[in-house]
Amino acid sequence: MTDIILQARGLQKSFGALRVTDDVSLEVRSGEIHALIGPNGAGKSTLVQQLTGHLESDAGQVALCGQDVTSLGPVERAAKGLGRTFQISALAMENSVLQNVVLGALGRRGGVFRFFAPVMKDRALLDVANNALARVGLRAQAKVRTSDLSHGQRRQLEVAVALTQSPKAFLMDEPMAGLGLEGAGQMIDLLRKLRAEAPILLIEHDMDAVFALADRISVLVYGKIIATGAPEDIRRNREIQLAYLGKEAEL
Amino acid sequence: MRREHIINLVTLAVLVVVPLGAWVLDEPFIITLATRAVIFAIAGVGLNLALGQGGLVSLGHAAFFGIGGYAMGILASHAQAYAPLMEWPFLIEGTKSMPIIWLVAVVSSALAALAIGALSLRTSGVYFIMITLAFGQMIYYFAISWPAYGGEDGLVVYVRNGFPGLNTLDPIQFFGLCFCVLCIVLWAMSRVQNSAFGLALASARQNPVRVQSVGIDPYRLRLVAFTLSGAITGLSGALFADLNRFVSPTMLSWQMSGEIMVFIIIGGVARLFGPVIGAMIFILLEHVLGGVSEFWHIYLGALLLMIVLFAKGGVIGALAGREVAHD
Repeated sequence: MTDIILQARGLQKSFGALRVTDDVSLEVRSGEIHALIGPNGAGKSTLVQQLTGHLESDAGQVALCGQDVTSLGPVERAAKGLGRTFQISALAMENSVLQNVVLGALGRRGGVFRFFAPVMKDRALLDVANNALARVGLRAQAKVRTSDLSHGQRRQLEVAVALTQSPKAFLMDEPMAGLGLEGAGQMIDLLRKLRAEAPILLIEHDMDAVFALADRISVLVYGKIIATGAPEDIRRNREIQLAYLGKEAEL
Repeated sequence: MRREHIINLVTLAVLVVVPLGAWVLDEPFIITLATRAVIFAIAGVGLNLALGQGGLVSLGHAAFFGIGGYAMGILASHAQAYAPLMEWPFLIEGTKSMPIIWLVAVVSSALAALAIGALSLRTSGVYFIMITLAFGQMIYYFAISWPAYGGEDGLVVYVRNGFPGLNTLDPIQFFGLCFCVLCIVLWAMSRVQNSAFGLALASARQNPVRVQSVGIDPYRLRLVAFTLSGAITGLSGALFADLNRFVSPTMLSWQMSGEIMVFIIIGGVARLFGPVIGAMIFILLEHVLGGVSEFWHIYLGALLLMIVLFAKGGVIGALAGREVAHD
């Protein structure tokens, strides 16, 4: 039996008359990469925000490791072990690369309200931070100002910050977005290795990446999950091809 | 050594040499000007924690400056009238001792900042500016309409308060005292900037969502920063009132808040010594241009405009280049 790490049950969200999330249930099991795909406007971003706690759901529950976190905000959910990366890089751009990962390590360890000890000399935090940088291949850029990083490096840094959290589950919102062929290849390698550490809910547009990585795929169309299954099943499913991949799609 | 360090040291050197020279030449007025600059610099360093590090544009810091001033005024006026502040349930007497006055000023302005911050920090952007302004104005009008402590006319203290071992009425000694306070505040602030709290606060300014997503609540960071910021500005208010031996609602006015902000903008936002350089330039302009025209603020406005348009990092930003993240 596999453990369910992240679970959504019957999530609902409406904006006025528009039902953006319509009774969505999904689960991310330990050791898997679960991809969530869907055409533009399917409600992926809204669903992500409901999972992270940035948006309150009209109905339904979110559970992390069997614990109900529905009533918790984003800060508490992060503290409970939901690590995430953002569609648009959310980093402290004026800070160095190392400072960004140290912040992550600090959030994980606690002790933010220390006013006198220099944080960039804290060995315990630096170890976690450097380790995370090494894993995404940014060790050499540690002292670079974050705004000077290339787009691809910023995406890697996002993952490094998520790694410092030693999260129970990763929620990655389009980590491939804007990456070139080579960058996407590196990111795919990186995510493949992460799966053993914590399962990943991967929201992604890049179908090559999704089919290369995912153990299971859920398809979201107009706020509903119309199918969940192994990549081969999804590939063969006629309904999805019509709804999403287009009539002429060849995969 | 980094260029910014050199600029900082030069700034401190100028701030020491000018009044010492004036002392040798027997020019007490210049010493008083330097003391004003030092005290304004402390106020600016306080605000810079909220505004520069935290990104919290507060237009209500005169409230804390004035509360510090009134802490001094109220305690000293009771002491000089030999009338206790209250007798029941326990006796509280006035005092002419600076250390006690400073403590009262810091604690009362910190409490005010905690209360104002707790409410204001639920908003952001323009709303935050407006709500801090509104709180500041509330306290301003409260002081005006409180006749027990002088109302609109303010409170006069005849003799400057004392500090153990010093003759505070001697301008150079009072300057030295204020300068020491500035140095201690700057040292503490440099530690805070490099601490865990400083990193989290600066990150929350740049990207609050990032801070949230690693499990840190930006609201709590900002509230602590705002409280500390108010406390430091309150301390400078107590010194300012002691310099003038006078406190009035002018210290609480929103123009005062604006002036403190101007120090930071001239010197360099979020730079440790930004408000120090800013306050020095402000005092210099006030002194030099004030002699030329009563309307010297026009020139100040022009200078501000130039800085905002062409040198956003203020004087330090222009001289030292952009900030290096860390060594």
